[in-house]
Amino acid sequence: MNTANHTKQNSPLFAKRKLSNFIGLSLSISAMLIGMAILLWILTILFVKGFSEIDLEIFTASVPGPGSKNGGLLNAIVGSLLLVGTCTLVSTPIGVLAGLYLSEYGDRSRIAAITRFITDIMLSAPSIVIGLFVYAIFVAQIKHFSGWAGTVALALIAVPVIVRTTENMLRLVPGSLREAAYALGAPKWKVAFKVTLKAAQSGVMTGILLAIARVSGETAPLLFTALNNQFFSLNMNAPMANLPVTIFQFAMSPYDNWNGLAWGGALLITMAVLLINIVARLAFKKEKLS
Amino acid sequence: MNNKQIQIAKRQQIQDLIFQYTTQFFACGVLLALAGIIVSLFIDAWPALHQFGPGFFFSTEWDIIGGEFGGFVAIYGTLLTSLIALVIAVPLSFGIAVFLTEICPARLRRPFGTAIELLAAVPSIIYGMFGLFFFVPLFAKYVEPALAATLGQIPVIGILFSGSFNGIGVLCAGLILAMMILPFIASIMRDVFEIVPPVLKESAYGIGCTTWEVICRIVLPYTSTGVIGGIMLGLGRALGETMAVTFVIGNAHSISPSLFAAGSSIASTLANEFGEAEEGAHLSSLFALGLALFIITLIILTLAKWMLIRMEKAKGVKT
Repeated sequence: MNTANHTKQNSPLFAKRKLSNFIGLSLSISAMLIGMAILLWILTILFVKGFSEIDLEIFTASVPGPGSKNGGLLNAIVGSLLLVGTCTLVSTPIGVLAGLYLSEYGDRSRIAAITRFITDIMLSAPSIVIGLFVYAIFVAQIKHFSGWAGTVALALIAVPVIVRTTENMLRLVPGSLREAAYALGAPKWKVAFKVTLKAAQSGVMTGILLAIARVSGETAPLLFTALNNQFFSLNMNAPMANLPVTIFQFAMSPYDNWNGLAWGGALLITMAVLLINIVARLAFKKEKLS
Repeated sequence: MNNKQIQIAKRQQIQDLIFQYTTQFFACGVLLALAGIIVSLFIDAWPALHQFGPGFFFSTEWDIIGGEFGGFVAIYGTLLTSLIALVIAVPLSFGIAVFLTEICPARLRRPFGTAIELLAAVPSIIYGMFGLFFFVPLFAKYVEPALAATLGQIPVIGILFSGSFNGIGVLCAGLILAMMILPFIASIMRDVFEIVPPVLKESAYGIGCTTWEVICRIVLPYTSTGVIGGIMLGLGRALGETMAVTFVIGNAHSISPSLFAAGSSIASTLANEFGEAEEGAHLSSLFALGLALFIITLIILTLAKWMLIRMEKAKGVKT
């Protein structure tokens, strides 16, 4: 009797709670669907517009003049590879060593805490401001745009990514491994370099790959540093062609052939970035399991 | 023998010190970079700040030929587009995070999570092209007339949704920005939701709470600091975003009450004008804008980090 009464009293409340639960969960599922739809929409458009542009010529010919039929993106692709490659060479040792310091030496010291904080902030700092900074200290001093300036700008973006992932990966290495090395009489630097770093190898590689993926698509910091170049050039001390800025200029131009190439380049760069991302994640997952 | 051991120990000690200072040097390099950015931007911005005074940040003048500059239009555009982006992205990313932590079957969590992270990895210039060539026409044809016919009829806020339907404009830039920061906020929210101790959630379920009640009354209060930190991190991203906004904001140096009107943000102004700017007041004003952007994002990001760190500490204590 009592129970029945109780249920009867609460049934509107129960229905209301069930309804709000249903509405809330449906809304969150639709949010997820919207997110997936955006990703699929962007990828579909890239393939529809860009795929027909990708042929052998896009890899073998330099950018054409406005309106002409032939031409590819060779100089921009090579330029991007050079910029990203030099950026990786510069930022990897800096990032890994700084990460080693934060995890092995600095640990709980005040300077390490501050560095960690600043690194996290630099991770999200506006990339166009980094372009401005490199323009001010580099381009304005030598009085011309240059590939090296682009490398420096990209490195400023890549280093924080590498520092943070390296530190996090080194922290996952069990302390007993370090202790075992110390017990054998190894000096601290050898432990850090040859034991800890080696154990965290694949995680550190993931960080480097993610950094490469991040800088490959960056346009804003290159606008005032490497600028762009219509011609094939391997001279890092001169304006350097690169995919993102070429895509930007071609997409904004009124010429059909340039627009088409912009879509081709956009597809190439997105695929490259997404592929690097997926490879990085898979590599790390494997390590975690073993 | 003993002598040799001492020699080796000494050598190792020196190597150790060298190694420590080398790594420390590079770690401090990050600090130096930040300080260097602020100092060098300030030096280059000084002529403009000196000439126009603090009024620079409140003046709507941007006369390249007359040499009169003020940053208000660009700062206003930056803040407004980011605000629109947050209003749209926060509920959506909350939904995604809830889906990933509470609703999604465990086996699908990883693929869905990766898909959202891939959305974050798409370069911003792609969002810009997508926005300009596909989103803007649809936006002008369907969304803007619909908004004008509904929200535009409400007396006071109606003015926000009036004007011509060009597609390009502040509202469109805000929407594209929302798509870009959505995955960032969602993945941070997911990470903080995951640190809620299962015991708390299980006890709520045990007394008969629905999933939605567990999310609103247990998960959200427990993680509120982290959620706000994540939102602010997204705001920091939105403020500094350049390429996507440059494509769709319309690049007009004017402030209009309508959200459909073209405007400009700090980053889009820099991207458009810096290459062609003459030495002197124009270049220096652009540096001043860059400095303003950097300092605004720095403050937002510092607050965000501070909140997320507090969240992480709570994780250590309460589990």
